[in-house]
Amino acid sequence: MTESTSIKQKMPIRIRVEPRLNENPAWYPPLVSFGALIVALILGGILITLAGGDALRSYQHIAKASFGDIGVLSDTIVKATPIILAALACSVAFRMKLWNIGAEGQFIMGAWGASAVVLTSVLPVDTSRWVFIPVMMLAGMAMGAAWGFIPGYLKAKFNVNEIISTLMLNYVAVAWVNFWIFGVWTEGGFQMSPKFPDGASLPRLLEFAKIFPAVRGLTTHLGLLIGIVAAVILWLIVFRSRWGYEIRLIGDNPQAAQYAGINITQNTIWVMMLSGALAGLGGMSEISGVVHRLQTAPIAAGYGFTGIIVAWLAKLNPLVIIFVSILFGALILAGREIQPSGVPKMIQGIILVCLIASDFLLRYRIVISREEE
Amino acid sequence: MDFTIILQAGIASGTVLLFATLGELFSERAGVLNLGVEGMMLIGAMTAFSTTIATGNPWIGVLAAMLFAGLISQIHAFIVITLQADQVVSGLSLTFLGTGISLVLGEGLSKAGTVSLLPNFSIPLLTLIPIIGKIFFTDQSILVYIGYLLVPLSWYYINHTRPGLHLRAIGEYPSAADALGISVFRQRYFYVFVGGMLAGLAGATISLAVSPGWFSELTTGGQGWIAIGLVIFAQWDPIRAAVGAYAFGALRRLILDIQGPVLLLGFANPFYYNPYLGFFLQMLPYLFTVVVLVIGSREAMRKRIGAPAALGNPYVRGERGK
Repeated sequence: MTESTSIKQKMPIRIRVEPRLNENPAWYPPLVSFGALIVALILGGILITLAGGDALRSYQHIAKASFGDIGVLSDTIVKATPIILAALACSVAFRMKLWNIGAEGQFIMGAWGASAVVLTSVLPVDTSRWVFIPVMMLAGMAMGAAWGFIPGYLKAKFNVNEIISTLMLNYVAVAWVNFWIFGVWTEGGFQMSPKFPDGASLPRLLEFAKIFPAVRGLTTHLGLLIGIVAAVILWLIVFRSRWGYEIRLIGDNPQAAQYAGINITQNTIWVMMLSGALAGLGGMSEISGVVHRLQTAPIAAGYGFTGIIVAWLAKLNPLVIIFVSILFGALILAGREIQPSGVPKMIQGIILVCLIASDFLLRYRIVISREEE
Repeated sequence: MDFTIILQAGIASGTVLLFATLGELFSERAGVLNLGVEGMMLIGAMTAFSTTIATGNPWIGVLAAMLFAGLISQIHAFIVITLQADQVVSGLSLTFLGTGISLVLGEGLSKAGTVSLLPNFSIPLLTLIPIIGKIFFTDQSILVYIGYLLVPLSWYYINHTRPGLHLRAIGEYPSAADALGISVFRQRYFYVFVGGMLAGLAGATISLAVSPGWFSELTTGGQGWIAIGLVIFAQWDPIRAAVGAYAFGALRRLILDIQGPVLLLGFANPFYYNPYLGFFLQMLPYLFTVVVLVIGSREAMRKRIGAPAALGNPYVRGERGK
C-alpha cells in the first residue's frame, strides 16, 4: 500500500484533454445526458436549499405528485402532450440549425386557429367530432405554419436573424389572442371565450369508463396519440426521406449542401412552416383536449420554451422526445405546488446549462495518465 | 398630449435598452453572442430591488445588480469560450436560468413596498435650451445622464484606443490577435463580463428608476431580446445603438400615453373609445423590432458590412481561423 502511494508521488497524475477522433459508442451520449441531468438536479437542490427551501422534499414531492399512481401519471401525460409537439417543432428546425425560438407563439396561434373554427361558427355547433376535430387540426396547423412562415421568409429573403424575429412574434401572438378574448369572444366580460361544444373536444380516456372501468377519471386525451404519430412521421421524414437528408445536410454543412445543389432558401421556409405547423398542432391539442375554451394563461404557459430544452435533451431525436417530454410534464405538474413558484423554471434552466456543458464530453475525452519522465 | 413630456419619459425608458444594447455590443464585438440578456436583466432588476430594500441604499443595489449579472454571464463565458459549445443554445439556457433564479430569489418581492430610488435632477443651463433641454436635461434619473456619457465613451474606446483595437481584433480575426500576443480567451471572458454588468445595470434601471418595483417576468417584458435586435440594427456601432434605444424608449412611452386622451390630433381617439385596440399597440415594439431587423439586414447586405467575422465561433488555438 505504502509503496503504491509513493509511486504515485513520484509519478504525478496528468490530466489532458484531447479531441475525440473516433465516433462515440451508441451508449455514450445518452449516458452523458443522464449524468448532466443528475448534476443539474444536485445543483438545483443546492440552490433550493440556499433559497430557504427543502430540496429533498421538493424532489420527493415531484416524484410522488407526478408518478405516484395511475391518476397522477395520467395527469403527467396530459402535461407532456403539448410539450411533445412543441419539442418536435423545435427539433426539426434545430436540425437545420434554424433557431426557431417561436414555438411558443406558433403554439398560441395554433390554439387561436383551432378556436376560430369553433367560435366563428364555421361549423355548426352540433357538428360531429369526426368533422370538427380534423378541421380544427388543420386550422391549428395552418395558423402555426403561417406564424412560422413569416420568420422563415424574412430569413430566406433578407437574412433576418430568426432568433429575434421568432421571439418577437411570440409577444405579438399573445397580444393577438388577448385582443380576441377581451374584445370579441369574451364570455360575460371575463378574459376567456365561451366553452366549446362537446364535438370540438378531443376524446379522453375517462369517456370509456363504461367499457373499461379502469380508466375512470383519467384525463389523458387523444392529443397523446396525435403527438406519438407526429413523432413517428417526423422521424421517418428526418431519417428516411430525401427531404430529411437535405435538412440534415444543411444543418451539418451548409456549404456542402449548397455545392450539392440543395436549395437552402426554399428549405428554410418549408422547415420553418413545418416547425410552426407542429407547434400549432400542439396548441390545437391543448385547447381541444384540456382547456376547451380560448384563454391566454393556460396556452401561453411556456410549453414552447420547454420544448426547446426537451428537443435538446433528446438530441433532436423525435422518438426520444416522447419520453423526455413525460419527464418534463412531471416537473411542470408537480412544480405548480412547490414553493417558491419559480423552482421548476430554474431547474429547467440548470438542466439546459448542464446539458450544453456536457456536450464537451462528447467532443473531447479527458485522459488521465501518469506523467512520463 | 404633450409630446415633449412623452419624449422626456421615452429617454428614461430608452436608457434601459441603451445599457442592455451596449453590453451586448461589447460582447458581440469580442466575438461572443450572448442571448442571455433577458435573463441577466431580470437578475439585475431583482438584485437591485431586493438589495436596496435590505440596505436602504440604491447605489449598493445598482452595484450588486451589476456584479450578480456579471457573475451569471460568466457561466455562458465558460461554456462557450472554454468548453466551446454552441453560443445560441448556451445563451438561451442562460435566459432560462436567469429567469428561474430571479423568480426564486424574488419570491414575495413584489409585495415589498417602495424603496428609496436613485435621485432625479436637472442640469442647470442645459435645461434652458428650448425643447431639447426639456427632453434630455430636465428631471431625469442620474442613470440617464450616465447613459449619455457611456455612448461617446464606448464609441471612443472601441474605435480610438489600443484596448478597443484589441477588442475588435479578437472579434474579427482571433488567430491573428493571438499571434500578436493578445489573450483571446481572457479578453473574451472580460467582455462577456462587461456585457453582463451592463445588462444588470439595465435591469437595475428598470426596478430602481423607470418603473420601480419587481413584477416577476413582466419587469423586463422582452426588452432583453429587443436589445439583441437593436445591436444588429446598430451594426455594432454605439452611436447607432443609442439612436435605436432612445427611439424604442419613446415608442414604448407613446404606446402607454396614447390611450389616455379623448381627442387625438383633433379627432376622436379610437384607442380611448375602444380600449381593446390597445392590444394592437402592445404589438408595436415587437413588430418594430422585426422591421428594424429587416432594415438593418438589408443595409448590411448592401454595404457589405456585417457582424464581427468571428461572432458565434469558438476560438481554438492551432485550428485554422476564419
